[in-house]
Amino acid sequence: MRYLLKAGSFVGLALTIVPAFLVFSGTLTWDTHAVLMAVGAVLWFVTAPFWMAKEEAESGVSSHSRSQAS
Amino acid sequence: MTAAVADRPGGGSTLTDRLDAINEFDREPVTDDYLQGPGNFIGFYAGEHVAGTEFVIGPLFVAHGVAAGDLLLGLLLGNLLAVLSWAFICAPIAVRTRLNLYWKLRAIAGPKLLFAYNIVNALMFCFLAGAMIAVAATAVGIPFHIAMPGLSDLYPSTIGWVVTVLVVGSVVTLLAILGFKQIARFSKVAAPWMFLVFVACGVAVLPQLGVHSLGDFWTVANQKIWTGAPLEGRAHFSFWHILFFAWFTNMAMHIGMADLTILRYAKKWQYGFFSAFGMYLGHYVAWIASGILVALAIQHSGEIAPGPIAYLGAGIAGLAAVVIAGWTTANPTIYRAGLAMQTITPNWKRWKVTLAVGAITSVAALFPALMMRLLDFVALYGLILMPMGAVIFADFWLLPRVGLRQDYAGWKDIAFSWPAALSWGLTLAACWVINAVWGLEIFFLGLPGWFIATAIYVVLSGAQQHAPGTATAVRYAGDDA
Repeated sequence: MRYLLKAGSFVGLALTIVPAFLVFSGTLTWDTHAVLMAVGAVLWFVTAPFWMAKEEAESGVSSHSRSQAS
Repeated sequence: MTAAVADRPGGGSTLTDRLDAINEFDREPVTDDYLQGPGNFIGFYAGEHVAGTEFVIGPLFVAHGVAAGDLLLGLLLGNLLAVLSWAFICAPIAVRTRLNLYWKLRAIAGPKLLFAYNIVNALMFCFLAGAMIAVAATAVGIPFHIAMPGLSDLYPSTIGWVVTVLVVGSVVTLLAILGFKQIARFSKVAAPWMFLVFVACGVAVLPQLGVHSLGDFWTVANQKIWTGAPLEGRAHFSFWHILFFAWFTNMAMHIGMADLTILRYAKKWQYGFFSAFGMYLGHYVAWIASGILVALAIQHSGEIAPGPIAYLGAGIAGLAAVVIAGWTTANPTIYRAGLAMQTITPNWKRWKVTLAVGAITSVAALFPALMMRLLDFVALYGLILMPMGAVIFADFWLLPRVGLRQDYAGWKDIAFSWPAALSWGLTLAACWVINAVWGLEIFFLGLPGWFIATAIYVVLSGAQQHAPGTATAVRYAGDDA
């Protein structure tokens, strides 16, 4: 299941970044790029929290975030 | 800092008790089994420095008329100096003491001076969070056709802006009250996506600026983006402005020593070099990308607020990125400010303190000056907190070498270290004089200020410890005495 979620996340990231380069190369319109980025965002946020939470539980310096006077 | 600690009001009756209660679980040095590997530091720094502020700082460089070559080289070298500051100044002390800033500074400055430092820190955090709420509001207001503040706006100019900011501020505060840890986790999830949004925004608008191949970029960069001509009312920025700004953007964290709290978990001091992932992804790539966006915005509508420029680059996803960036940056900042404020109001529940901080922050966010003058604020924020970092450096490395004792306030049970207090106050006064008399701008003051603070602290510590009737035994790092 985790691999499936990760695959979804990476597709989401790909939809976020790849269309911009296709716009730059002239093979995609800006409007399509904007739609694909929105789809990528949704895909990332519905998949990544699940597998990232598990990996964070295994370690995590960030859980010791800066606090008062720190 | 664990949630368990965060949720409890500071107990005890004295100021020292209240401060210690909030930090009690962090008072011991980190033990070997809690040390973290490189991946955690890479992730932390990359996430921490791709934030809402990046949507403002890159555009402000354009507004200040920096030239393309000055920007690219200034950022390259300035960020390198920042990384070296983390690696050679902050990290070595962090891995030797394994203490967070609170306990290290408590031993050097005494709890009462630390209290004053915390309050100043909290106020700075409130203003920083206010800027982030304003950033998020610029995106939230777009669907409702709210007029955005302009570059020269200092005060709230429309009812729509006031309502939007207050709504965003209320939601951010409410979420901070309901679940800091969940939002911190969400912030980690958002970080890699947000970085890609920055890159995508910058790349996708290049054709509209006339860049159709890599060969066009340098010409367009000089002619349309970083033209060397400031917008009306803005001072011109040179290579040196960019270099020093990039170096000192996080002055409070590296030479100001706030990242003792992070790097004390590092296995080796060399982990300080991992700050490069934050600097070169966030403070290089993201600043350049947001600069490209604002150049297009100036051509189109002239609206340079973060929301409109992100929409130009990525549509709805861009707006979402601005809201998420502002929100996830404001949330931990409100939390940190709340922790500091809790020392003043020990009997208040955690939610009440957060509510009060959120209210202060939301009112601050009403003023676009906070966002539109972010460069000055960031420089001031670092400068105000930096002298205490210099005090820690001098106390740790220099005092033993001149026969003086480290952590003198802790050893003598002094509540208020006057050498540390005077080092802080006199350094800021000296920086003000340098600025007023010689006209050195605030972006550059951190460098002379650090040496001034270091020198004052060593001299005054000598005076304190060699005063008649004062017994002093030199203590080196690692001693238990």
